[in-house]
Amino acid sequence: MSEAKPVLQLEGIVKTFPGVRALDGVSFDVRPGEVHALMGENGAGKSTLMKVLAGMYRPNEGHVYIEGTPVVMANPIEAKEEGVILIHQELSLAEQMTVAENVFLGELPRSRWGFVDWKVLDNRVGTILKKLNCDFGPRTRVGDLSIAKKQMVEIARALTHHAKVVVFDEPTASLTDAEKVVLFDVINDLKADGVGIVYISHRMEEIFTISDRISVLRDGSYRGTLMTAETDEDEVTQLMIGRSLDYSRSVEHGEIGDVTLEVEGLSCGKLYRDIGFAVKAGEVVGFYGLVGAGRTEIAETLFGLREPSAGTIRLGGKKVTIDSPAEAIENGISLVPESRKEQGLVLGMNCRDNITLPQVGDMTAGPFVSNGAEIAIYDMYRDRLDIKAPSWRSLVGNLSGGNQQKIVIGKWLAMKPRVLIVDEPTRGIDVGSKAEIHNLIRELARSGYAVIVISSEMPEILRVSDRVIAMYQGRIMREFTADEVNEDNLVQAISGIGNGKAA
Amino acid sequence: MTGFVERIREGDLKGLIARNGIFIAFVGFMIAFGIGSDKFLNFDNLESVVRSSAMIGVMALGVTVVVISGNLDLSVGSMLSFGTVMVVDLHDKIGPGPAILVMMACVLLLGAVNGFLVGFVRLNSLIVTLGMLSAIQGLTLIYSGGKNVDVDPSTQDTTWFRVFGRGEVAGVDMPIIIFFVLACVVGCIVAYTPYGRRIYAVGGNPTAAVFSGIRRRRVVFSTYLVSAFCVGIASTILGSRVMGSQNNVGQGYELLVLASVILGGTSLLGGSGSILKTVIGVLILGFIQNGLLLLGYPYFAQWIVTWIVIILAVWLDVAAKRGRLLSPIA
Amino acid sequence: MSQTPVEQAPMQTANGVKGNFRWLVRHPIWAFVVIVFIFFSLMTDNFFSFGNFENILVQTSTLGLIALGMTIVMINGNIDLSVGAMVALAASLTVDIMGWPIFQSWGNWQLLPAVLAGLGSGVLLGALNGLIVWKTGVDAFIVTLGAMLGVRGLVFVYTGEQSFFAMNFAYADFGASRLLGLPTLAWIFLAFTVVMHVILSRTVHGSNTYAVGDNREAAVNAGIWVGPHMMINFMIVGFFAALAGITLSTQMGASTPNLGRDYELWVITATVLGGTKLTGGAGNIIGTFGGVLAIGILRNGMNLMQVPAFYVLVTLGVILIAVLFLDKQLNRKGEEELRL
Repeated sequence: MSEAKPVLQLEGIVKTFPGVRALDGVSFDVRPGEVHALMGENGAGKSTLMKVLAGMYRPNEGHVYIEGTPVVMANPIEAKEEGVILIHQELSLAEQMTVAENVFLGELPRSRWGFVDWKVLDNRVGTILKKLNCDFGPRTRVGDLSIAKKQMVEIARALTHHAKVVVFDEPTASLTDAEKVVLFDVINDLKADGVGIVYISHRMEEIFTISDRISVLRDGSYRGTLMTAETDEDEVTQLMIGRSLDYSRSVEHGEIGDVTLEVEGLSCGKLYRDIGFAVKAGEVVGFYGLVGAGRTEIAETLFGLREPSAGTIRLGGKKVTIDSPAEAIENGISLVPESRKEQGLVLGMNCRDNITLPQVGDMTAGPFVSNGAEIAIYDMYRDRLDIKAPSWRSLVGNLSGGNQQKIVIGKWLAMKPRVLIVDEPTRGIDVGSKAEIHNLIRELARSGYAVIVISSEMPEILRVSDRVIAMYQGRIMREFTADEVNEDNLVQAISGIGNGKAA
Repeated sequence: MTGFVERIREGDLKGLIARNGIFIAFVGFMIAFGIGSDKFLNFDNLESVVRSSAMIGVMALGVTVVVISGNLDLSVGSMLSFGTVMVVDLHDKIGPGPAILVMMACVLLLGAVNGFLVGFVRLNSLIVTLGMLSAIQGLTLIYSGGKNVDVDPSTQDTTWFRVFGRGEVAGVDMPIIIFFVLACVVGCIVAYTPYGRRIYAVGGNPTAAVFSGIRRRRVVFSTYLVSAFCVGIASTILGSRVMGSQNNVGQGYELLVLASVILGGTSLLGGSGSILKTVIGVLILGFIQNGLLLLGYPYFAQWIVTWIVIILAVWLDVAAKRGRLLSPIA
Repeated sequence: MSQTPVEQAPMQTANGVKGNFRWLVRHPIWAFVVIVFIFFSLMTDNFFSFGNFENILVQTSTLGLIALGMTIVMINGNIDLSVGAMVALAASLTVDIMGWPIFQSWGNWQLLPAVLAGLGSGVLLGALNGLIVWKTGVDAFIVTLGAMLGVRGLVFVYTGEQSFFAMNFAYADFGASRLLGLPTLAWIFLAFTVVMHVILSRTVHGSNTYAVGDNREAAVNAGIWVGPHMMINFMIVGFFAALAGITLSTQMGASTPNLGRDYELWVITATVLGGTKLTGGAGNIIGTFGGVLAIGILRNGMNLMQVPAFYVLVTLGVILIAVLFLDKQLNRKGEEELRL
């Protein structure tokens, strides 16, 4: 990476929507062969900026320069022609079609009369896939691929044109550590080719591993650029939210009570095998592992969404069978699911109705739902969790990710469960809200809940748990106490290099 | 704090019009037709419109419940044929009371089949109810042996069965009363009870509904029972009114019912809408027909007008939600 | 395109028998066609004759032609409920125009403007449907539901609720004409089946059709002109609906205002039986052809066995549901599924 002319330069970009100034004079540049990280809280303007780059939005003011020449990109096609490619966070592929057709979507090579030239298509796609070290062929059906491989298909799409700038938006959200390595290799290859890379992520460890420079946005305006080698997490956080965050774990816990949940020999086909653990009231047990380790599947089983093929579940000492979420709720188990938009909320309903949904049958006056009781519950949890919404009538779909997550958490706290399972509590949530939710989890444990936290972020697990259970490919590799666990032995455990369980 | 993105649509005029557009259109219609023909706005005329809309209206209530929960019911037309034929046929054989009960039981059974296939087996509701449309039509023909049925003419004026279709209470026709009473009951259930809340949740996001402890399968199953029940009531009214039935009497009704629901503003995607909106949609449909007739147009002119009105109504609704008139697709 | 053998890392579909079995599993309708074919061949003498097979082809050609168009529209992620009404409009226009005084002196050439007008009406209405779906963003189901009502109204206005009778006898003769050993109408159906299959499986337009149906947003972002693209497909189904109306009226020598009632339901049934998904992105012409044949054989066979029409209705309804059920069971992922 030299001090060469920037391959991409943004100058004074302003983008407004009715009532909102989403980007307020943002300027930054990307040099060829550089990985330039873009960070900021949710709502800081990162995705708006990306969409301007990708040609989906036209800036109201400001200029974009590619290799020094000013360009105007009216749509994604023009952006692609200029060499700017965006790898979306939510993959944008036609699942029922082949890899080849997806890679050349909209630009299929033609032979005469509008027919597709399959040979040329297969050849060109085959070449690109080989370059990316993919182990699948052009005729594979996209729907049959794992998420990591689908991402490779998206990247392949980027390489059909000579790319000058590639923007990655949260690319590692669903990747295992091994897959991340493959991705970083690809990124390094692109670097070597002189491509400028914009890397958007919340994950500090990755940013510090792979980036050369870091630029920070806050509230739509540009806050500064740091040289990665010369800065640290704290400085970046300061730029992002204007203050430091305390990442240390609050060691104090309240009284740890009796065993609330006990699981023995639980298995579900190939998804997980022979799972046994116990959670006491007042403690937080963290489940850590790679994507596909089986953690979410265990949570789904405890919540009645999956039928186990073997094993027992005991609540408060009594054996129970849980055949549906309704039964799980009756038994005092609550699950804050992985995907808040798909599983946790009805986006078209308002805040109050979402929060009261699981218990709407109990808040009745005669045959009708009691308005007052519902609002009371909403108010209580709005205050307790500091949920920011204009009123209970606001549609949940209009809230930010952090507030949406709080609604889901509030929904389940309102059920006063014995066991609270939280799956990826801060996925896609800005740094400030993250800390709030971590503190909340510790506080819940202190007030007597038995809490299970599932997470793929090591700092989060380490910060929040009293005990950590490491899983790998459906089995529990090792159990740690908070004092025992550290980054190294945890990573070893979840990669299959475990030495059996420790008490 | 700029932590959240807000669409400021709750207080502005455009949003207000969009959400209540159909009411405004309704009032507009009434005024337009009232000006167009002096025969329009008199009580007898209005009464006859509502009465003839009552059957579609009753069925539309049940279909609305199914649609809010995210599904469709195309079998209501042939179910109407089935119910009417059966109740009229059994009237002479086992008496009006038992006839109604037996018919209801059979119709509810058919609804249960729909509910089972869509709710428990999770098959696509369009195809399932399409298949049932065909199958029930066949069942009706088998039952009637291909013949039309009639209530014995000599008893037509004396049987108490006539009250449903031909009776009156305080000068208002019975079908109208049944329609409005049923609309109020179903409307209250949908809008104010926990059951209603669950229907909206299942329609809005079935996965999230299950994750919230709602028994989705039972909810979906029950919506088809509600729909079947409404068809049973409509069959009773129809059979009572006409005192006879051809075996394809309900053919095509499912589309008019669906058109009313759509016109009223309930989204076919599920999770939104209301009984009140459907009632408005039913009345609009009825008034289009009536108004055009009074203005001297032949009866099929209403189909053309309905075509235009449906598209305009849904277009404006969609346009309001996305904030622009035309779709941005290239 | 989704029908070419798919290469997956460990498994090859090189093995002939295994490959055929998998093909059958993916297109169960053909198993049904074979079963029903054998059944009727055994149950009644009149079924297994070349003459009867010709009958089946001609009888199913009406719905079959429309189904060809419906398939491409459904793969595209849309649907067209107005085809039945379009059948009536095209038939009425054609039969009427051929009798117009200005064409009196044209002799048999009077058929040309008539047929052109008929086909043109389908294409134009299809374009209108497509344009509305494109520009307003209203779902095709609702747009064509309205069109179904409205176009039927147009038919009634145009015909004044009258049936028309073909003035030109050559027209009616065409319906019974033969070409190289098969009825002409059968040739038309078969020819268009091949054409549509080639379009869908081998052209860019066909591939784009699958793409738009599978993920419309991805298609838009990839630069496909989704609006005009969908319009073209609506025009195709409009063309076929009109063609079906015309071929039907050549057989009848007339047109009636209620022609085509319920056709959309049968066509959708055949298309879904053939494996086309309502949600778009999947389906193919061979499957639709199978679905059309299945319905045709069933009707024909039951007719020959003198089973009253009512039972056909019930059977068809049950089969539709059964095929759907089978499809669901065969594609289950077993223990990986959540209990939703």
